[in-house]
Amino acid sequence: MQRLKLFLPLIIFALVAGFFFSTIKRIGEGDYDPNALPSALLNRPFPTFSLPRLNDPEQQSSRQDLLGTISLVNVWATWCPSCHVEHAYLNHLASDKGVTIFGVNYKDDADKARRYLQTKGNPYRLSILDQQGRLGLDMGVTGAPETYVLDHRGFVRMRYQGPLSESVWQQKFQPLLDQLYREQQLDSTVRKEAAG
Amino acid sequence: MNIVQCLCRPVIVIALCLLLIPLYSGAVIETYEFDNDELRERYHRFTDELRCPKCQNQNLSGSNSPIAKDLRRELHRLLQEGNNDQQVVDYMVERYGDFILYRPKFSAVTAVLWAAPVLFLIAGAVTLVIIVARQPKKAGENHTTELTLDVGEQQQLNDILADSQQSDQPTDSRPQPSSNRGEQS
Repeated sequence: MQRLKLFLPLIIFALVAGFFFSTIKRIGEGDYDPNALPSALLNRPFPTFSLPRLNDPEQQSSRQDLLGTISLVNVWATWCPSCHVEHAYLNHLASDKGVTIFGVNYKDDADKARRYLQTKGNPYRLSILDQQGRLGLDMGVTGAPETYVLDHRGFVRMRYQGPLSESVWQQKFQPLLDQLYREQQLDSTVRKEAAG
Repeated sequence: MNIVQCLCRPVIVIALCLLLIPLYSGAVIETYEFDNDELRERYHRFTDELRCPKCQNQNLSGSNSPIAKDLRRELHRLLQEGNNDQQVVDYMVERYGDFILYRPKFSAVTAVLWAAPVLFLIAGAVTLVIIVARQPKKAGENHTTELTLDVGEQQQLNDILADSQQSDQPTDSRPQPSSNRGEQS
């Protein structure tokens, strides 16, 4: 018993060291991100808004424009370096995989943003011009890029902070989207049965 | 060698004192106008107690990040529009979750956070009580064994005491050489 007491500090050290080591390993493998915080919007309807469109500032866009399809809402800006990194992948998602992407042009210069899309390609079905960051605030955005997944009813099902890439897509987005498409199908068959 | 040490010591002390001064003082300089002092005071209380969602170890008043700036502007608007404290907190939590509160509400998720200090205090108190409760028992045991000397031991003790009384006299001359030694060093 006395001898065990002697080794107690060493045992505690080993336990703490083991815990730290496994945490660092999880960060390295991308399983755990100490900076990521859960979105308060998760499983809640996307916030309402009324903001001009980037390509046609005379025309307003609203929450209604985002509904009816499973989609991504991507928060981007020309001042954000990681947005430049992910842009090619967004183009690939929109054109090759047929994913619907809405853009929120966040606290940006509208002219610069339009030129950016002209030269780099436009993956967005619609870009919402949020110069004050008011919609960003309602969405709980902390920076750009951030990507939100909406289901067909307009509920936020996931928020991802950081640039998208093939590996992130395969790991985090694809499984969720598969599930959302199944939910949509189920929903529509239920509705048809109810109507029939 | 001594001179160098003498010169170095104040420098080191001053350098250490400089370390105590924080490198930058928290507050960001921004001008917001308030209708009255009470609103201003509430604004400052909120910027101290709300956490910046981007730079996670700073409060809103200490952060320069764009999102903190937006939140300060929004906070100013909410206060000017006459929202009460609970409404302001609800507005922030609705968007950024409990995370934004440096003093989160008590819930199943934050229970550990709130209970941990109390649990540690109790654990510490229990440990202390156990240690203290064991101590006098040991001391008591020692006392009883010390007090019951058998005849031989008592005789030994008496001899030692007698010896020490006798040797007290020659030691009177000692203080002088020992004090000399002290001056030499």
